[in-house]
Amino acid sequence: MAAAQETVVLTGHIIDSLILAKVLDTILMMGGTFDLQEVAIGKTRNEPSRARILVCADSTKLLSDILRAIQPHGASVEGESNCQLQPAPADGVFPEDFYATTHLPTQVRLAGQWIEVDGIEMDLGIVADQKTSRVRATPMADVMRGDPVVIGRGGIRVVPLQRPQERDVFSFMESQVSAERPHGHIIADVGKRMQSLREGHRSGKSGHKVLVAGGPAVIHAGGRDALTWLIDEGFVHVLFCGNALAAHDMEADLYGTSLGYGFSAGRVVPHGHEHHLRTINRVRGIGSIEKSVQTGVIKAGIMASCVRRGVHVVMAGTIRDDGPLPGVITDSVAAQRAMRAAIPGVGLALLVASTLHAVATGNLLPATIPTVCVDVNPAVPTKLADRGSFQAVGLVMDAASFLRDVARELGWKG
Amino acid sequence: MSRLLVCPPDYFRIDYEINPWMRRSNVVDPELAVRQWHRLMEVLERDVGAVLERMTPVSGLPDLVFTANAGIVIGRKAVPSRFRHPERQREEAHFEGWFRDHGYEIMTLEANLYFEGAGDLLGFPDGWFGGYRQRSEIRAFPILSEMFEREILPVELVDGRFYHLDTCFCPLSGGELLYYPPAFDRYAQATIAERIPAGRRLAVTEPEALKFACNAVCVGKHVVLPSGCPETMTWLNHRGYQTHAVPLDEFMKSGGSAKCLTLALD
Repeated sequence: MAAAQETVVLTGHIIDSLILAKVLDTILMMGGTFDLQEVAIGKTRNEPSRARILVCADSTKLLSDILRAIQPHGASVEGESNCQLQPAPADGVFPEDFYATTHLPTQVRLAGQWIEVDGIEMDLGIVADQKTSRVRATPMADVMRGDPVVIGRGGIRVVPLQRPQERDVFSFMESQVSAERPHGHIIADVGKRMQSLREGHRSGKSGHKVLVAGGPAVIHAGGRDALTWLIDEGFVHVLFCGNALAAHDMEADLYGTSLGYGFSAGRVVPHGHEHHLRTINRVRGIGSIEKSVQTGVIKAGIMASCVRRGVHVVMAGTIRDDGPLPGVITDSVAAQRAMRAAIPGVGLALLVASTLHAVATGNLLPATIPTVCVDVNPAVPTKLADRGSFQAVGLVMDAASFLRDVARELGWKG
Repeated sequence: MSRLLVCPPDYFRIDYEINPWMRRSNVVDPELAVRQWHRLMEVLERDVGAVLERMTPVSGLPDLVFTANAGIVIGRKAVPSRFRHPERQREEAHFEGWFRDHGYEIMTLEANLYFEGAGDLLGFPDGWFGGYRQRSEIRAFPILSEMFEREILPVELVDGRFYHLDTCFCPLSGGELLYYPPAFDRYAQATIAERIPAGRRLAVTEPEALKFACNAVCVGKHVVLPSGCPETMTWLNHRGYQTHAVPLDEFMKSGGSAKCLTLALD
């Protein structure tokens, strides 16, 4: 997206005098871009014309340089109002007319300055701190009585996504969902992204983390080895899951089964249905997943690799959970907060085989983060898109096949 | 009949420097200046047949003599100038007073919107050109265009020596144009070329442009211009204009010549 933008208006005999052409040329020559939002051409020779131009630049400095260069040619910044603020009436309650966010980059005008809203995600409110001039997207549950909350629609602008420079499957950021579309090029593009993100992350760049949100089908369908390899090789930096993925992953390590189904036997083993309960109980006895790995009780698999590689894991619980495992956050508002805290720095999100975690994570992601939603059930990527995560690329395929194919793209020999 | 507003040079001198021509050290010879001005008036009245309206000069306002910058007059409406430089802002009240005393309807521009009158607004009956960037601001032209219901094409002036449009651009009564192209940016040059066919435009040579050949007064088929511009005069003569060269060197010390010393009232 453009870091800075301003709408300017140009009036008069701007067409035949080439003033409009000169202003547009100046914007481009200085390294900015423009969107000609409106051009009303005078119907007679004496009647003036009018143009509204959205000027975009990579930095506020470049924008102000451009504005300074075009103002002598008559381009004047369109008069815009500051956003309206109203104090929150109580903890956890927004004022009646609060502005509800989208997950697109958003700016508000405070004291004549356009300020980028931090931590943008959909369906939040915007809280301003006038002293620091910082503005933050804030969940309803986190607003405090008296916080100045942006209300109405004036002085707020949502910045459309600009096409990224890389020409890959994410260039169009659209969620077409179809089981009939070939997957090969999408998987190849995901692999390329992960490769370059790993390099960036290793060299300490921000915004280069890969987030995987996964359900237990990753284990049942046989994607465990591939995901473990991806974690071991440093391709995954954040994992969102529930009790089940962690439990079945460790069950597989302890018993060689997933929900009692033997991986090598290929059938339900006697008393197998108890394995995940015994696994959960064992880890609860030890006190934590970390300690279970460090003491050598859990030797391999997704959770073991996460512990060894220092992957940031957030486990969010549900009503049907057994146990749950230590570390599973059972307060859903607290879980949402923990997931939200792990989003900054993410540059790619893979939502694999989990309706619950895919939609929950999709809601937290700004539209600027390339996202892939993989599920055998086309309803999941469709649901994600319907809830507003239009940037997610939908892939209708088996979770294990996806993880294996991506891992193979990156050099996995399994 | 053509009426021109003029102001005798009683107090004309170089008191400040607001354009590249002005040097305080380049002292004006007052007697010579008065003689040159009277010679110009004589040519305008006797040879050209113009009617002159004389303003009363004011002590301490040396540039009041350059009445082209009083404002713009169309019919009985006058828009007084808003000068960019504080040195000349003191003239505004005197020009406005003259317009008011002579029954003109005064239309004013907002304060701080610089517009230096007929010095920066010239043209043909079907369309005007507005010089901007040096003195007048482009934002003045849409307002003037609405006031007078005329097209005004803004043209950017890029050479400080040609700081007003009338120093490098002179429309003639037959639709021809004298101008000095390098005084304009390339967009303005293209605009001018688009509006005035090549055969009707004279791109004045640099030496004659620096003599202010374009700062000429055209009344009917008469053109009064500073002396020292033979090529321009030949071109004009070939097109049926009667030329009158007048020595105005003393006023060039201030960056003004024939056109700057007059304001067309009709």
